[in-house]
Amino acid sequence: MSVTATGLDRIAAAFSSHGKRAALLPYLMGGHPDADSCTAAGLAAADAGADLIELGIPFSDPLADGPVIHAAATDALAAGATPHVVLQSCERIAERVPVVLLVYANVVLTAGAAQFVLRAASSGAAGLIVPDLPFDEAGEVRAACDAEGLALVPLVAPTTTPERTAEIGAEARGFVYTVSLRGTTGERAELPPGLADSVARVRASTEAPVAVGFGISTSEHARAVAEIADGVIVGSRMVRAAGEGGPEAVGAVTAELAAALASA
Amino acid sequence: MWLKREDLTHTGSHKINNALGQALLARRMGKPRVIAETGAGQHGVAAATACALLGLECMVYMGTEDIRRQQPNVQRMRLLGAEVVRVEAGAGTLKEAVSEAIRDWVTNVESTHYVIGSCVGPAPYPALVRDLQRRIGDEARAQLLERTGRLPDRAIACVGGGSNAIGTFVPFVADGSVELIGVEAAGDGLHTRRHSAPLTTGARGVLHGAMSAVLQDEEGQILEAHSVSAGLDYPGVGPEHAWLRDCGRVRYEAVPDGAALRAFRVVADREGILPALESSHAVAWVLENPAAGLDLITMSGRGDKDLAEVLALGEPA
Repeated sequence: MSVTATGLDRIAAAFSSHGKRAALLPYLMGGHPDADSCTAAGLAAADAGADLIELGIPFSDPLADGPVIHAAATDALAAGATPHVVLQSCERIAERVPVVLLVYANVVLTAGAAQFVLRAASSGAAGLIVPDLPFDEAGEVRAACDAEGLALVPLVAPTTTPERTAEIGAEARGFVYTVSLRGTTGERAELPPGLADSVARVRASTEAPVAVGFGISTSEHARAVAEIADGVIVGSRMVRAAGEGGPEAVGAVTAELAAALASA
Repeated sequence: MWLKREDLTHTGSHKINNALGQALLARRMGKPRVIAETGAGQHGVAAATACALLGLECMVYMGTEDIRRQQPNVQRMRLLGAEVVRVEAGAGTLKEAVSEAIRDWVTNVESTHYVIGSCVGPAPYPALVRDLQRRIGDEARAQLLERTGRLPDRAIACVGGGSNAIGTFVPFVADGSVELIGVEAAGDGLHTRRHSAPLTTGARGVLHGAMSAVLQDEEGQILEAHSVSAGLDYPGVGPEHAWLRDCGRVRYEAVPDGAALRAFRVVADREGILPALESSHAVAWVLENPAAGLDLITMSGRGDKDLAEVLALGEPA
């Protein structure tokens, strides 16, 4: 991949050349448990087979997140994490794998959409996910991302209507983040029933790859999702590993999931 | 000075207007379960009451600090059949209770209606709550015209999330002669970080699905609010208030804890009414800014719930 490749190009490459049943997208919380460990965890995940890293910018009021990621954000903020600190991790990790920042709307809008996207781009980010920015309100951020070659990755939930899924799919950049279940992030024992149908609905609405997240925590889950989607997002399991065992544990969990996704 | 006596409504505050309306909506939508958040406990009591009346299951999210300072309302909710869920995150006040209720709602939306307690949150809640609360202003306007033959010169209401204020103001917005004043909680003072006055001091931000005035730091992290009054202890405010401020129709002021506590005692001593600490902020502003004309103050709730807190703090300086 040339150094001048845009974020969109790098995400596309992550989905087309992973050599597994599906791309593996671990999520890590920026600045958690501290800035250096976060960077090291991202690099360990890259070494162990991650195809793209989702890197969270901690926010005081993360409405889409369950207890594990919420607590990680609270700890990261208490330890002094700021967008600037997380973008420094981004810069290092992005030398190895594409990084998509997961950031709540108020952090983007406080900086100013264009200014924030410029900072993200100059730190090597390939895209943004803004979970509390509704599709209809996203025009300014999407335009700012387009101008810098970054992907504004949209989310689709099980409650999203078919009409709205079609609108979102048509405007998707990078990939479509399909939320597997009704609820917040967090490990679950089982994948939700009806997931294959909702993923099929999303796939029919877009030309972008479809990745699935929320509640995916085991090798068995990952393999099942790889049957129906292009990418597997694993969040709370990774964040828990980062908090309990640091970069080594993140590498081990990533390796286990990558092995589960290996082609037969 | 005329008081609009929402403290005399069933359950003791204006919150019942909204809770009953939304509980009826829940029944109409066929949702058997209702969740609510509460700060002072007034909205939780109102939601629990409406659910008891309509046979709906009710769960109320409440911060640990608010549970501590609003014990009578916690007991009341339980007696009314609601489950009160402790929210430990953050400062244990209203902001975290709203967040937990939203998380429950997105998880259980098939069976559950979220009865939000103020004119905050994602659309259409700010408009829905405003429309259910405008009864306050509609009644006050009609009653004043009937009793005095005229409109008030000033209408004053306290603003936390802002539901009693938006309900008071909306029917008067087109009456250009009526000055509209919303009173926020200045807590320990606007020069400190310990206050709940986003309209007076805050920047534009997104909290709980709405863009409005929000207390936040330079990176966009939401700050904890502070007020002696649990019902005003919230770092955001309904977005329509921010619009009414920006277009110049409503003026927003802030009153510190001490002035509100003094007003509480004045109203009790002179009028024989125990006002809620929330409503005491509106009274305090009028006491400090007297005018010759006709004032309408919304007495949003009764102060029985605040007795322990007021007595523990002693005589204000």
